[in-house]
Amino acid sequence: MSDYKVKFEVFEGPLDLLLYLIKKQEVDIYEVNLTQLASQFIEYIEVMRMLDLDIAGEFLVMASTLMYIKSRELLPVDQQVQVEGEEDEDDPRWELIRQLVEYKKFKDAAAQLQQLESRQEHVYRREAPKPVFEAELQKPDVSIFDLINAVNTILKRVTDREGEAREIYEDKWSVSEKIEMLAKLIGSKPRLKFSELFEGATSRTEVVVTFLAMLELIRMRQIVCVQSDHFAEIEITKAEPQTPTVPTEIPEQAIFEDETAKPVPSESGPTPAN
Amino acid sequence: MELKNILESVLFSAQEPLSVKDLREVLKTAAEQSPEAAEFKKASPELVTSALEALAQEHGVSGRSYRIVSVAERWQFVTQPEYAPWVKALVGERARPTRLSQPALETLAIIAYRQPITRAEVEQVRGVAIDGVLQTLLERGLVEQVGVAEVIGRPKTYGTTATFLEYFGLRALEDLPAADELRRIPVAKPEALLTVDPGLATAPPEQLQPAPAEAAPQAPAEAQPNP
Repeated sequence: MSDYKVKFEVFEGPLDLLLYLIKKQEVDIYEVNLTQLASQFIEYIEVMRMLDLDIAGEFLVMASTLMYIKSRELLPVDQQVQVEGEEDEDDPRWELIRQLVEYKKFKDAAAQLQQLESRQEHVYRREAPKPVFEAELQKPDVSIFDLINAVNTILKRVTDREGEAREIYEDKWSVSEKIEMLAKLIGSKPRLKFSELFEGATSRTEVVVTFLAMLELIRMRQIVCVQSDHFAEIEITKAEPQTPTVPTEIPEQAIFEDETAKPVPSESGPTPAN
Repeated sequence: MELKNILESVLFSAQEPLSVKDLREVLKTAAEQSPEAAEFKKASPELVTSALEALAQEHGVSGRSYRIVSVAERWQFVTQPEYAPWVKALVGERARPTRLSQPALETLAIIAYRQPITRAEVEQVRGVAIDGVLQTLLERGLVEQVGVAEVIGRPKTYGTTATFLEYFGLRALEDLPAADELRRIPVAKPEALLTVDPGLATAPPEQLQPAPAEAAPQAPAEAQPNP
């Protein structure tokens, strides 16, 4: 009995302990010697009691089942009591073995699940990033004439409004103030619609001042005008920081990039297609 | 253009796993948007599924470092587990809950194969109470209540969730290891139960000869060499 103390294992329950004992007998569950098993099981329970371990109720129930099986087998076959109404299926030996076989199968299944679990820890799923279609928005160039055309539309709108109200405003804005304001605006929002720039404008003068401020920022390469498509609304975005410093001499490798960073022809005069 | 290759390209670009339904939706939208995609506008679920399976098969035999799998019936690209050290170096350790304990795995296995199942039935198989373990499995979303058993007391019945399939990388419950064997069939009783301790059941000599089915278990002592 001394060897039990050394290799005492923690069992999940009585079935677990029985499977362990069967494994030690090195026989198939169907061929296990139940009377021997019963003795060993009870020895274990006794060791557990000696060690002052809490013996779960399930262990005691199993012990009594095993004692019952053992006691039945002590009698010769012809003297064994045929319990009234007991079918072959109710044979306590068979019932126990059936339970053991079933439990063993699920124990094996649990081991396979464990393998799947650790395998799955090493599996990585591909998640494609959501593509950004930024480049498409910067397709067509915006020429100075497009800009003038756009500002003209806005001027007309403001004039129409002025026509009704006919009030005289003091010129609140200088170009440099507007530049500061626009720079701040474009810093807080990555993409501004052209019309948004003039939303608050109350007079023709203010529209003109804002427009001049915008042109100045373009010349300073702080902002870039883009148009997602022909006739789409012009949009203003922050310029890429790596804009070339010499506007007149564009280095060769910058030619491909200049779709995005193309300086809008400044006051020196562009050469448009027409 | 082959359907399986179309599906491959879509899955490759997908931001999350896609079900057959999702994929058919894509096929439909594509057909509406571009005339050259009209061919597969009304691909049946069966056609899509078999194309996906053919694709997965192809990936399997090609021995690439990634494959196409269906987890909980949602298709996705995954890397093979043996490349984990390098993938991990790139994307970092994934947050994954702690591994399940032995009792939890056993309980989960019984529920998975025998669902819907009551707590008492699980306890009968395991031979121990499972209150705490079941609670853990419920909290982790691996199992859930699926109904009530129509017996006295109407006890709750439990089953596994989609999270369970995802956690173990299974396509469906049919993919559980040895599923057909462990689901519901009773353990077959063998011909003879050789359980007698030799020398204890001293069968009288006349009982040696007639061996009908009932007497078979009480075989003579020499039939069972005992260690």
